[in-house]
Amino acid sequence: MLRCEGLTQTYLSGGRELTVLKDISFELEAGGFLSIVGPSGSGKTTLLGLLAGLDRPQRGRVVLDGTDLGALSEDERARVRGRKVGFVFQSFQLIPTLTARENVQVPLELQGEEAGTRADELLERVGLGARGHHYPAQLSGGEQQRVALARAFANRPKLLFADEPTGNLDTTTGATIVALMLELNRDFGTTIVLVTHDLELAARARRTIRLADGRVVGDSGR
Amino acid sequence: MTSVAFVARMAWREARAARRRLLLLTGAVAVGVAALVAINGFSDNLRVSVRDQAQALLGADLALTSRRPLPPAAEAALDTLARDGVRARVTSFSSMAYVPRTTGTRLVQVTAVEGPFPFYGRYRTEPDSAWAGLQAGGRVVVEPSLLTALGAQVGDTLALGEGRFAISGTVTSIPGDVGVRAAFGARVFIAGRDLAATRLLGFGSRAEYAAYVKLAPGRDAQRIAAGLRPGLRAERVRVRTVADDQANLTDVLRRLANYLGLVALVALLLGGIGTASAVAVFIRRKLDTIAILRCVGATSGQLFAVYLVQAAAMGVAGSAAGVALGLGLQQLLPAVLRNVLPVQVVPVPSARAMLLGLGVGTWVSVAFALLPLLAIRGVSPLVALRREYEARNRRRDAWQLPVLLLLAASVVALAALQSGSWRTGGYFALGIGGALLVLWLASVGLIRGVRRWFPHRWPYTWRQGLANLYRPANQTVTVVLALGFGAFLLGTLFLVQSNLLRQLRLDAGPDRPNLVAFDVQPDQARGVDSLFRSAGLPVTGPVPIVPMRIAAVNGTPVARLAPDSTPEEAADGEGRRRRAEQPAGWAVRREYRSTWRAELARSEKLTAGKWWPALGARAGRLPGISVEVGLASELKVTIGDTITWDVQGLRLPTQVTSVREVDWARFEPNFFVVFEPGTLEQAPQSLVLLTRVTDAARRGRLQRALVERFSNVTTVDLASVQQAVENLVGQVTLAIRFMALFSLLTGAVVLGGAVATSRFQRIREGALLRTLGAARWQVLRIALAEYLALGLLSALVGVGLALGAAWALARFVFETPFAVPPSVGGLALAVAAGTALMGLANSADVVRRRPLEVLRGE
Repeated sequence: MLRCEGLTQTYLSGGRELTVLKDISFELEAGGFLSIVGPSGSGKTTLLGLLAGLDRPQRGRVVLDGTDLGALSEDERARVRGRKVGFVFQSFQLIPTLTARENVQVPLELQGEEAGTRADELLERVGLGARGHHYPAQLSGGEQQRVALARAFANRPKLLFADEPTGNLDTTTGATIVALMLELNRDFGTTIVLVTHDLELAARARRTIRLADGRVVGDSGR
Repeated sequence: MTSVAFVARMAWREARAARRRLLLLTGAVAVGVAALVAINGFSDNLRVSVRDQAQALLGADLALTSRRPLPPAAEAALDTLARDGVRARVTSFSSMAYVPRTTGTRLVQVTAVEGPFPFYGRYRTEPDSAWAGLQAGGRVVVEPSLLTALGAQVGDTLALGEGRFAISGTVTSIPGDVGVRAAFGARVFIAGRDLAATRLLGFGSRAEYAAYVKLAPGRDAQRIAAGLRPGLRAERVRVRTVADDQANLTDVLRRLANYLGLVALVALLLGGIGTASAVAVFIRRKLDTIAILRCVGATSGQLFAVYLVQAAAMGVAGSAAGVALGLGLQQLLPAVLRNVLPVQVVPVPSARAMLLGLGVGTWVSVAFALLPLLAIRGVSPLVALRREYEARNRRRDAWQLPVLLLLAASVVALAALQSGSWRTGGYFALGIGGALLVLWLASVGLIRGVRRWFPHRWPYTWRQGLANLYRPANQTVTVVLALGFGAFLLGTLFLVQSNLLRQLRLDAGPDRPNLVAFDVQPDQARGVDSLFRSAGLPVTGPVPIVPMRIAAVNGTPVARLAPDSTPEEAADGEGRRRRAEQPAGWAVRREYRSTWRAELARSEKLTAGKWWPALGARAGRLPGISVEVGLASELKVTIGDTITWDVQGLRLPTQVTSVREVDWARFEPNFFVVFEPGTLEQAPQSLVLLTRVTDAARRGRLQRALVERFSNVTTVDLASVQQAVENLVGQVTLAIRFMALFSLLTGAVVLGGAVATSRFQRIREGALLRTLGAARWQVLRIALAEYLALGLLSALVGVGLALGAAWALARFVFETPFAVPPSVGGLALAVAAGTALMGLANSADVVRRRPLEVLRGE
């Protein structure tokens, strides 16, 4: 489902070249659940960005469901994301000017699909059936993240990328979100890539990759 | 659902939440569109009015006019035309009017009408019968203002020269009358056959003689005029038709409307800048939303379209509001321009102007929004993961240059559309572009300069305020562009006006004459002189005046020199080229009133050649003349060239021996051409005497005494001339200032918008500062420092640019010397102070709200 080979990424920072990722390779089967852990600045988020096709690798390649992302333009990658990928972010990243229901509708509308019914179903599923007309600012953090989950599953993605999904939530709410994520993963057969520095949360994944200084220093699945 | 549906739906949802902020954006466009619709609609109304009223403006089908009694050739033509038509004669000139009962005297414009004039249109009088009754003789119809000025009433006797008339009524409406004309003397109408009794048309009086013809139905006035012109041109008789007058008038009014339209366009462009800045801020705030949408699969094209549709929708909304506002303004314009318009204008909505306003407004919104919208294309979806990514990866968009070119082309095209000429449009766009570039450079310079040479030793509040100039999300560029441009525009108008007025201000120093007696006949000179002297007044003159015309320049007769002034011929390229090489038509055809003098006057300075040589050295050469420098260039003559004059039918060849500069503003008898003494003494002449009377009441009494004794002598009071000139300039500039007001208004809206968009951030910062222990006055002083710096820079650069522009206009367009009035400093101060006040007002809210309330609300 997801394969990366020799991923290397460097940035210029203050005139000095900074290597964020060094020669990262692994493969993830369909329906799998991978967590990527590591301390701050280890390159987790950069790796997530490359795997999800949000950025183009400077060296190496990413193959997502048979498509080599490196060969695509940004707009072509956007279409791949729209069809096959879902996102959950640490800071929820709902669009503040759209209602909860409209936020869930967006990925489907981009595909040109009828979105209303499915958005209602998903909101029902995450326990917010009655809050669809509320704006993000009117929802609590946990509620916002549940809307974000509903949005992430709206287009029936093959892959779900989650970036510290519980980072901005208290422990109890965080646990609810993770439970919901796993439930959806089971029901839809979605492959999940989770980035976190919460080792307890990471342990719930079937496989864990540890990063340090841009290198893989441990892979439980190998 | 297609991509189009997504774009439309997202645009609607997004706009829904930002409606109030976008309203400001539409406001800036609306004001500019309103100004454009008003002026363009008014211009359309004008064209229709001129077309409908053209016949009444001339009052006939055909007119022959001349500065002298019509020559035999013209009379012969009239006889032929009148065989199957009707004719009338109108003679007009200036004179003194005097009411014996009240002893009031006034300079008036006398019009003597003979025959059933006008054939078209109507002179409205009170009572109604007064106009027709005029022909009975011995009666006069006057403008109501004259009755007030003379303290007279209907029924009184009015003296014009030697004639005595009964005031039989007042004239309330004259077709084609321009209000400002009344400033040069009220109109007085008498019958043509009473003219002789006044004995006013003596030697040297200036009069216009006209004959009007109503043609039999079916006869083509244009064809007849074309047939008459070649023969009458040499006789200096002008042939006018309704179509000629309409074409000329339409042309003049179109030009006036075009320039007013350009001023309106400036307001709209300023609104465009406001739009651009509002969109830039808007997009900066939408970065997260854009990044999220990119993550979930939206392409950059789709997102660009979402926000472009919003900008266009706001443009349409703003333009529609502007059209509505413009229709209201259009109702006001006839009143503003009333005194300079020869036709009655009924404001009617013009579909053309409305559609144009809607289209142009929308286009300006879109064109100016494009550049900031390009930023959307560069937003990486990674921003959703980590905000700092945005700053790290900024690449120049390949579309930036094409968009800039499109913007420049739009401005040129709009200016060309509004001014009716690509050339003017190009210059206009170049001027605007140059001013904006300078302002932009100044604002960027301020940002960099403050950063580089930051005053680290200054008190904390001032440092904070100055640092706000370069901090992220600063408004420095927008505010300086909007304000500086407004200051530039207003400053230019103000400087040009003050320079023109200064030029026109007749120099009335304490020792200068302020009362002139014209048309004094040689046998009256002694009498006038002793009248002045017996009153203990100083006397300048008598200065002799000899009327003459040019017969030939360097041997070429006038008939071959004078280029044609008919519209058809002037239009072709050949005619234009010929005109460029030849003396100007007016200079060749006009009547000259020349004098002779042994010395240069105080108001004159030689620029070339020599003043008269000793008398003895004159033998064997042509009499010398000294020509005014402007006239020399119009006539294309220089030292050594010969001019042959027609002095009352007598040929007088002369040679140009010097060229003089004349300070026309000095109230002295100034002349285009001065003859060498010993040349003109025997020619028929009239005289001018000048004196100085400080007291206005005494001046009035003296004028009365002169009229009583010498009824043909016309006196002109400097104070009233000055007032007339100022009135005239004031009327014309009123219209321009009215339109410029819109630029100021737009500037204010844009400034308000810029301040309001930064307000949210300022409130947060203020709250944080106050949490950390800042006092209210400290927060206010920070705002004061920031906005004072912005205001000062905008004012200085704007006024600096205005000085440059006004200098260039004075030098190249108006050809007048340029001086800087000290009041321009006041304008600069007002702009700076206004900006600082606006900044403070914005911060009032910051200090009013409790810090906790603000921080919680995040």
